[in-house]
Amino acid sequence: MLLEIENLHASVEGKPILKGVSLAIAPGEVHAIMGPNGSGKSTLAFVLAGREGYEVTEGSIRFGDEDLLAMEPEERARAGLFLAMQYPVEIPGVGNLYFLRQALNAIRKARGLEEISAAEFMRKAREEARRLGIGEDLLKRDLNVGFSGGEKKRNEILQMALLEPRLAVLDETDSGLDIDALRTVAEGVNRMRRPDRAFLVITHYQRLLEYIVPDVVHVMVDGRIRRTGGPELARELEERGYEGFLGRLAA
Amino acid sequence: MATAIETVREVTGSEYKYGFTTPVEEERFPPGLDEDVIRRLSARKQEPAWLTEWRLAAYRRWRQMEMPDWQKVKFPPIDFQAISYFAAPKQKQRPKSLDEIDPEIRRTYDKLGIPIREQEILAGVAVDYVFDSVSVATTFKRKLEELGIIFCSISEAVREHPELVRKYLGSVVPPGDNFFAALNSAVFSDGSFVYVPKGVRCPMELSTYFRINAAGTGQFERTLIIADEGSYVSYLEGCTAPMRDEHQLHAAVVELIALDDAEIKYSTVQNWYPGDREGRGGVYNFVTKRGLCRGKRAKISWTQVETGSAITWKYPSCILQGDDSVGEFYSVAVTNHHQQADTGTKMIHIGKRTRSRIVSKGIAAGRSDNTYRGLVRILRSAEGARNHTQCDSLLIGEHCGAHTVPYIEVENRTARCEHEATTSKISEDQLFYCRQRGISEEDAVALIVNGFCREVMNELPMEFAVEAKKLLGISLEGSVG
Repeated sequence: MLLEIENLHASVEGKPILKGVSLAIAPGEVHAIMGPNGSGKSTLAFVLAGREGYEVTEGSIRFGDEDLLAMEPEERARAGLFLAMQYPVEIPGVGNLYFLRQALNAIRKARGLEEISAAEFMRKAREEARRLGIGEDLLKRDLNVGFSGGEKKRNEILQMALLEPRLAVLDETDSGLDIDALRTVAEGVNRMRRPDRAFLVITHYQRLLEYIVPDVVHVMVDGRIRRTGGPELARELEERGYEGFLGRLAA
Repeated sequence: MATAIETVREVTGSEYKYGFTTPVEEERFPPGLDEDVIRRLSARKQEPAWLTEWRLAAYRRWRQMEMPDWQKVKFPPIDFQAISYFAAPKQKQRPKSLDEIDPEIRRTYDKLGIPIREQEILAGVAVDYVFDSVSVATTFKRKLEELGIIFCSISEAVREHPELVRKYLGSVVPPGDNFFAALNSAVFSDGSFVYVPKGVRCPMELSTYFRINAAGTGQFERTLIIADEGSYVSYLEGCTAPMRDEHQLHAAVVELIALDDAEIKYSTVQNWYPGDREGRGGVYNFVTKRGLCRGKRAKISWTQVETGSAITWKYPSCILQGDDSVGEFYSVAVTNHHQQADTGTKMIHIGKRTRSRIVSKGIAAGRSDNTYRGLVRILRSAEGARNHTQCDSLLIGEHCGAHTVPYIEVENRTARCEHEATTSKISEDQLFYCRQRGISEEDAVALIVNGFCREVMNELPMEFAVEAKKLLGISLEGSVG
């Protein structure tokens, strides 16, 4: 397994949010987590990435051979965990590509690789940007500063493509995207699917899963995974809505 | 995992890597200051009588003055009788060529990363090396002489070019200007002198590297730069000092004069010893820097990156006398641990259509205090004058302070002044975002801070921008995480 979550409990400011999540993802798989707002989906993403303030009270997470919870956020990133964020932050004065190159080199250095040459980096970044419909001007601007919602999300996918993670967690990457942007982003993800790489796609809507077809769908409700199934589960949710689905679960 | 606040409290403190001392035989005056000391200093430097008298007059003024108390920075009273006013490495004569320099001094500058030689990394820069009270070497002199540019120590200028020194010394910062300027005028030991003749564009950066080595001394250097009509010069100063438990006083005076259509760009990368984590030791950096745009369309631009010193207290200023002259001030002041900074600028608009621009970036971490204080004064004669001021403060942690104290005095209705100020914090979101991409917390802070300062860093000459960037990172090491 690439990622193994066992009975994970986590709190934010003393309030329990995750209440016993178990999940296993094998290399090459795409898993989706769906669930209503407030069910704990984003909390799970932040716990995986090691964000401060998200306190694990019970359970374990293994990432490959390693104990993920013992690692600092940057160590997790260097080990190949990438989180495409729902709200990418702005960093004024720091160029978009400059930032990405710093990140790539930090990861390469941790893996004992040489720094990427400026020319090689530019070539890769431009190529990927073109595929994602990211204009040259966006590459030159300050990181996320004044980017539209869609531009920010595309930029997250650009970073993901260049950092080449083993596990990519996409936290509501579809929110705020129009249909064209959604398709471009999904294509970016699909291009990256490989036998040794896995994805965890967190979404509120089934829409994204028409373009990124998952192997496994989990439904999270109130901090627990209530059902696990194939892609058909997403369609069922879409038809009945969470309320109908929850009602059935309660029944 | 500790929260940022906890980790700020546990500040580990960065190592000040310039804190070593050099074992050189030195000549120095015993501590104390009176008229005899000044006469001896002047005699030791073989100065003409007018300069001895000039010093004595300044000393008499100083004795009647009192230490100002309007500043935000706090420090115990300074015992001016406990300071030695002259310390110099012993050398029979000033070396005639760079090969004759004391190997110990040479090694010092090697260690500081600015080797005394005219090649390789410093190929595009001429350097004057000031060690305690004297200049020990100046590179590329001959090449500059061919263009008529004078670049030497001020002591040498007093001997070789007395007419220029006499004409301009004290013309921008008069001896009675303020307490520390008066003290400096009385006891200044060495510093750099630059004269760029009419129409000459200086082809390389000129630089002075100041090093305090001796204990129990003060450094009182004096720099005078004159850009004649239509000339251009870019000048940079750098400074370091050993780590000592006592505070050392650095009270310099810098005067710039730009005539018609001349431009002077003056950059400072200040990295005096800041003291330790508990605030013991460190340099008191009390400096008067002022430029006079005497001619029409003259331009003076100050860029400073202030990371060192226990206390930084200075206001590099521009007097915009010539019509259409321009003054600029770009500043980054970083304070960490117990450092204090009260810095800014004064822009005095006298000429018509004079313009000034102020960009100040203050970064406070640890338990430090960082104040921007600036004056924009537009006199009645300054028809159509314009000023734009931007002051941004960045706070790291919960125990530091940032203050902005702008003074604006406008006596001409056609003038336009704009002032913008912001205060922000490095957010947890930004740090987490960087770390999630594999960048360490320390590097993330440096990255965010460098982004915050970019407008100012862009003003630095290329050769020094890289050094200044690294310095920012080092100064803030241990401020989080």
